[in-house]
Amino acid sequence: MPDRVLDPSVWAALDVASAGVVALAARKTGRRLDPKDVPLMGVMTAAIFAGQMVNFPVGFGVSGHLVGAALAAILMGVGPAMLMMTTVLILQCLLFGDGGLLALGTNVMNMGIIAPGVAALMYRALRGTRVGSAVSSFVAGWISVVVASASAAAELCFSGFPVEGVVWPILGWHALIGVGEGLVTVAALQLVWRTRPDLAPARVRATEPADAAEAMIA
Amino acid sequence: MKAAQWTLGALALALLVALLLAPFASTSPDGLETVAAGKAGFADRFEEPSVAASPLPDYQAPGIRDKRLSTAVAGALGTLAAFGLMLGVGRLLTIGRARGREPED
Repeated sequence: MPDRVLDPSVWAALDVASAGVVALAARKTGRRLDPKDVPLMGVMTAAIFAGQMVNFPVGFGVSGHLVGAALAAILMGVGPAMLMMTTVLILQCLLFGDGGLLALGTNVMNMGIIAPGVAALMYRALRGTRVGSAVSSFVAGWISVVVASASAAAELCFSGFPVEGVVWPILGWHALIGVGEGLVTVAALQLVWRTRPDLAPARVRATEPADAAEAMIA
Repeated sequence: MKAAQWTLGALALALLVALLLAPFASTSPDGLETVAAGKAGFADRFEEPSVAASPLPDYQAPGIRDKRLSTAVAGALGTLAAFGLMLGVGRLLTIGRARGREPED
């Protein structure tokens, strides 16, 4: 979201709200994150930044790109994921002029707070059922993009844009773009989990014969 | 594989994405840009630059004529910056605990 699209009351409120939530996420991460996982957090942030540059066509002359919030949230947890997404959004804004500075809090709210939050909730809910980790991460990726876009649509409506002109078109395109997000989320997680089994959830690890015994003992 | 080696491998992979895939990304408008250009009609405001000036606007490295090469260089710089910044912030946040104390739960 660039500057000068949203009403000042909308972006100002979101700047304040996002700053507060990110501060809480930083505090929680500082208390809970294992220092040896910091390089992992750094390299996944780099991968998400690079992945966001690769727009893919979704048909009808429209493109979409990865957000990466579900990938970050499933792998690292919600607090670190919020910091990772915020880092990407700050760099995009300050180094590349992608996304406005006044609207930074808006973009952080949509892609850095709501998207990883929704992804983590959905992933956790699905993992409580018999659904496998691949399907769970696909759905988490899809829903994170759709809900983040719904939030952007709401911000536009609060800024005076006509509801019928923004809500359904935004949700429709992002329902399509979310499929790409889901696929990339699954592929990236599988790649990480297979090369770093210590990061994989127990059920994925248990499918590897060498780790099955370990899973039973634990 | 040692964790440090894995991190380097993953960083190399991220750099390859920025160097080799980003220059060939779709140039079609994304979902939000499409809606802005449609009936809602706020494309003009959508294209205005940020209030803050940026050193690598539009993911282009200055001084490189070839657009794709320019994107590749800008993308690689951004990828390294993302790694460095997050590593630095992560280290700062966990600095008290990095010296021996176990993570709280």
